[in-house]
Amino acid sequence: MTEEKNILLSIRGLATHFYTEQGLVKAVQDVSFDIRAGRTLAVVGESGCGKSVTALSVMRLIPWPPGRIVSGEILFKGESLLKVPEGRMRQIRGNDIAMIFQEPMTSLNPVFTVGDQIVEAIKLHQKKQGRQAWKIAIEMMRKVGIADPDRRVGEYPHQMSGGMRQRVMIAMALSCSPSLLIADEPTTALDVTIQAQILELLRNLQDQEGMSILMITHDLGVVAENADDVVVMYASRVVETASAENLFNKPRHPYTRGLLHSLPKLGAKKERLEVIGGAVPNPLRFPSGCKFHPRCPIGHDKEICRDHEPPLKEVAPGCTAACWFAEGYPRD
Amino acid sequence: MVEVSNKLVEVKDLKTWFPIRTGLLRRTVGHVKAVDGVSFSMEAGKTLGLVGESGCGKTTVGRTLIRLIPHTAGTFLFEGRDVFAIPPKQMKPFRRQVQMMFQDPFGSLNPRMTVEDIIGEPLQVHRIVSARQRRDRVADMMEKVGLSSQHLNRYPHEFSGGQRQRIGIARALILEPKFLICDEPVSALDVSIQSQIINLLQDLQKQMNLTYLFIAHDLAVVEHISDFVAVMYLGRIVEYADRDSIYAHPLHPYTQALLSAIPVPVPARQTHRIVLLGEVPSPANPPSGCPFHPRCPLAEGRCAQQVQTLESKDTPGHLAACWKTEESRRRYLQRSKKD
Repeated sequence: MTEEKNILLSIRGLATHFYTEQGLVKAVQDVSFDIRAGRTLAVVGESGCGKSVTALSVMRLIPWPPGRIVSGEILFKGESLLKVPEGRMRQIRGNDIAMIFQEPMTSLNPVFTVGDQIVEAIKLHQKKQGRQAWKIAIEMMRKVGIADPDRRVGEYPHQMSGGMRQRVMIAMALSCSPSLLIADEPTTALDVTIQAQILELLRNLQDQEGMSILMITHDLGVVAENADDVVVMYASRVVETASAENLFNKPRHPYTRGLLHSLPKLGAKKERLEVIGGAVPNPLRFPSGCKFHPRCPIGHDKEICRDHEPPLKEVAPGCTAACWFAEGYPRD
Repeated sequence: MVEVSNKLVEVKDLKTWFPIRTGLLRRTVGHVKAVDGVSFSMEAGKTLGLVGESGCGKTTVGRTLIRLIPHTAGTFLFEGRDVFAIPPKQMKPFRRQVQMMFQDPFGSLNPRMTVEDIIGEPLQVHRIVSARQRRDRVADMMEKVGLSSQHLNRYPHEFSGGQRQRIGIARALILEPKFLICDEPVSALDVSIQSQIINLLQDLQKQMNLTYLFIAHDLAVVEHISDFVAVMYLGRIVEYADRDSIYAHPLHPYTQALLSAIPVPVPARQTHRIVLLGEVPSPANPPSGCPFHPRCPLAEGRCAQQVQTLESKDTPGHLAACWKTEESRRRYLQRSKKD
């Protein structure tokens, strides 16, 4: 791999497996991508495709048992995250890499005030004490757009709405100025008008702080408006990577194409929606060859797709796709 | 298809209030006005999309109509008959005509029952066919919704989310109802499965001449499936029109904000987004006057005191509950020109 500057985090050949009673689940297989400094990379895919497990692997938060990172390398600012001791990893989490989750209610502790929880993060990671930590906490709450932070810092999570709780999570995550923020479906549980507020907040904070964002989502609209680079995952693997513009204008993989066409779009006035037939495969019983071939309009009857898994290869400058027909497919 | 012009469903001034009780004596100290004066009517074979954010009362409307929740005031005429006046013991014929399907394909199916029993249970309850015929009817219905009838004896856990939603549809339609209330039928499904279910619902509507009340928060899905759309905010309908008018010329500032808040899957689109300030107020303590006024960019003194009734503005059939539709229309036009 050529050395490029401005790469903050680089994942190579990541594989994470879960050893369950039903059998071995290869949740993430051979995943590689780079996150550029100050940019947003979105990982999109449907439930069970491995996008959240990828994020948790970066944080080394895969619970053992049953899960384990079995191979691969994650380089963060030149440090190999899979090799550093747990103590160092604990410093990196929170200080350098912070994470926010989909459900802000379950990730906040209901018996402490939100102020206590933000202050805890600040005390742990910045070695600031007492009054000073509280001052930073209130400042952070103001920064994420919580009105009247002096009063609300003493409130409990249940006194806040979903949007406010997500703001508290963001305040906590950003209190130590991380260089990478991992946002796992940050707005999925929120209403559209609140989603618009939170996404705008994240964009503004990114402009101010210059952090990178790894955004995990299934919503292609959110991807189009927020991401610089996109990674599409299907059945534990990366099937396509491209800049957001290229991905939406010229999707290369039949799965990406199917996803984009099956979305109802505002103002499209279509009689019928196009569909991807079938269902997402069970990770215990993945199909042979290309995992998408049983649902694929091109590959469902091709021998090569049935028998051989296509590698992820460059099909155009800056675009990679894992499909035997990514280049030879007739243009749309 | 023959157009039937008479109204199948007429809802007038529907109110569903939940009492707030406190203290030792459980005295009622107030009400959560989940639904507060909702009226609409529907023709047979059409789809009304009911949209709004969480807590706006859209689900409560659906549940009140099939009498899962007692109503507080108002009437619901189904084929001209006042449903809320029917004594509980005589509800069965009505329930044959009106069915509901739910959002969660995991929570709404009994895990201990086979698919045959789940789908066939309504036939048993209503004593429509013999046990023998029941199996045939269930098998037919399964094929109709795109499931293999060989899976009659399987249990819900053996199916994927999309297939379970098909089971839910089959169960709702086995009695051949006229009116189906769909409460967020696709929002729990993956993107690639959503479109399958939406197409299925549209096919079945044509085949069986069904009337849908389609409750959802996803405006793109609602635009695709609906003939008419009602937008709810804090227990009231704030705008109602046919699909094309409401999406092309939204009049109410809330509808406009809602439409502009949707992220569009087109990269780098220069959007002049209306980002609303604040959040939906609590329905237990709604603001005075127009419930939207604290968040409304156009609000003026009058808005805080009086609610404008839902009424037709200059296009007949396009109703909005807003004092300032003239100004909001003008602003929206300017904004869309910039895009």
